[in-house]
Amino acid sequence: MSSLIVDARGVGKIFGSGEARVEALKGIDLSVDSGEFISLIGPSGCGKSTLLRLIADLATPTSGSLSVNAKTPHEARVDQDYGIVFQKATLLDWRTVTKNVELPLEIMDLDDTSTAGEMLDLVQLGEFADHYPWQLSGGMQQRVAIARALVFKPSLLLMDEPFGALDEMTRELMQQEVLRIWRETGTTIIFVTHSIPEAVFLSSRVVVMSRRPGRIAGVIETDLSYPRDEDTRESPAYYTKVTEVREALRRLEH
Amino acid sequence: MISVTGVLLSAVALWEIYKFVWTSLGWIKPIRPDDVVMPHTWDMVLELFQPVRRGGSLLILDLSTRSFWTLREALVGFVIGALVGFGLGVLFVRSSMAERAFMPYVVASQTVPILAIAPMVVVWGGRLSIPHWMSVSIIAAYLTFFPVAINTLRGLRSPDPNALELMRSYAAKPSDVLWKLQVPSALPYIFTALKVSATASIVGALIGELPAGFQSGLGRALLTFSQQFAVRSAKLYATVIICAMVGILFVAVVTLIEHRVIKETRELEGQA
Repeated sequence: MSSLIVDARGVGKIFGSGEARVEALKGIDLSVDSGEFISLIGPSGCGKSTLLRLIADLATPTSGSLSVNAKTPHEARVDQDYGIVFQKATLLDWRTVTKNVELPLEIMDLDDTSTAGEMLDLVQLGEFADHYPWQLSGGMQQRVAIARALVFKPSLLLMDEPFGALDEMTRELMQQEVLRIWRETGTTIIFVTHSIPEAVFLSSRVVVMSRRPGRIAGVIETDLSYPRDEDTRESPAYYTKVTEVREALRRLEH
Repeated sequence: MISVTGVLLSAVALWEIYKFVWTSLGWIKPIRPDDVVMPHTWDMVLELFQPVRRGGSLLILDLSTRSFWTLREALVGFVIGALVGFGLGVLFVRSSMAERAFMPYVVASQTVPILAIAPMVVVWGGRLSIPHWMSVSIIAAYLTFFPVAINTLRGLRSPDPNALELMRSYAAKPSDVLWKLQVPSALPYIFTALKVSATASIVGALIGELPAGFQSGLGRALLTFSQQFAVRSAKLYATVIICAMVGILFVAVVTLIEHRVIKETRELEGQA
């Protein structure tokens, strides 16, 4: 069995045709190893979310080959190999927190719902089990969404700007949380963001993408030891990496 | 309850003030305020406790029996119409081809006056030996299904695109997407339609009774008493009031069920 969770070779994606033709991605080569934390970063319109959606089989590549868990993305989706978290928590208002987390289990006909409680403890929302989504803050809603994405124990977690709508303080707290969850579960994470500090703080590798067509402009190893905490954010090594990513992004503008 | 009483009292007050002022000043426009065209509100109420005809039962008892029949026709029509409407909504959301093929007919069906449809339903119903009251129910269903179909369709389309993608990421079956996501999202839309349909089904039943020649309902009473308008107009007004009360009762029951079914969503609205 390969330890490659995602293997993309020459992946391209074109939307529309004729005048409306947009080349969203071109020649993407990317390998993600099991257990990695990868961030995709780039200016808006660089296709980073599109790449995530191709991996999730919510869209299909127009060229190249893409495999997820050594299967086609379609097979990986049907086998429920990944969980996904969007920028919006997208919880169902008529279900309690627990019922929201149990949703994937119900749909997948997994009768054992005990993991729902486990997951709520993992995201530290055990005491809010019987609340409704609208009774929770934005950060808490996003934690529920993470618990829901992990409840069926997928090997891959896809996150599409999950903290984009949160305030800066909540955002930093959530980053700590997601690192803890990553450590505790060993899930591979692919994380789309447009925040440089966020990408550097979280990931083992930062994938910098360029615009029109979306390409991988560079991959930066962060080389910061885990576990990372608030001290990491103030260390010189962290600043150096943030600067490195920023310069890589700036080079794209020329 | 307080608001209902308030509305009722205001209506009575407006009616009596109009009658008093116009009579005192000798005005006859727009409506002549005499006791035939505008009987006193208390005369309408008193009329309920008069015999329908010499030696007959009290009007209120007669109308209660008639209400029962009309309400039954309306209720059966309402249920049929709601089910057909819901079914069409589900069909259209699942198949855009079905929507394009049938939606024009659904819309066209509502532009044909019910007065033209009703006799046809009665004639066909007669051929198929359907009981008369059932034909009336079908006419009521004809008025009921449209708002339910349109609102169900809209409600089933209301979930966030991300929620649909989420279901796709779980490789959810179409039936799970329908029952776990789309139908719960559509409930507020469907109940809005059911409230419109509740009154429409009563109107359908009242109108349907006439060509069906159904003698025992409120529709027939409206027709008979309107022919006696010049003699005893209060009787017609009393009947109109009873019809309105039947309609209000129906809507109230639907609203009660709505509160039970979508408690959480309502609390959400209250918070926003």
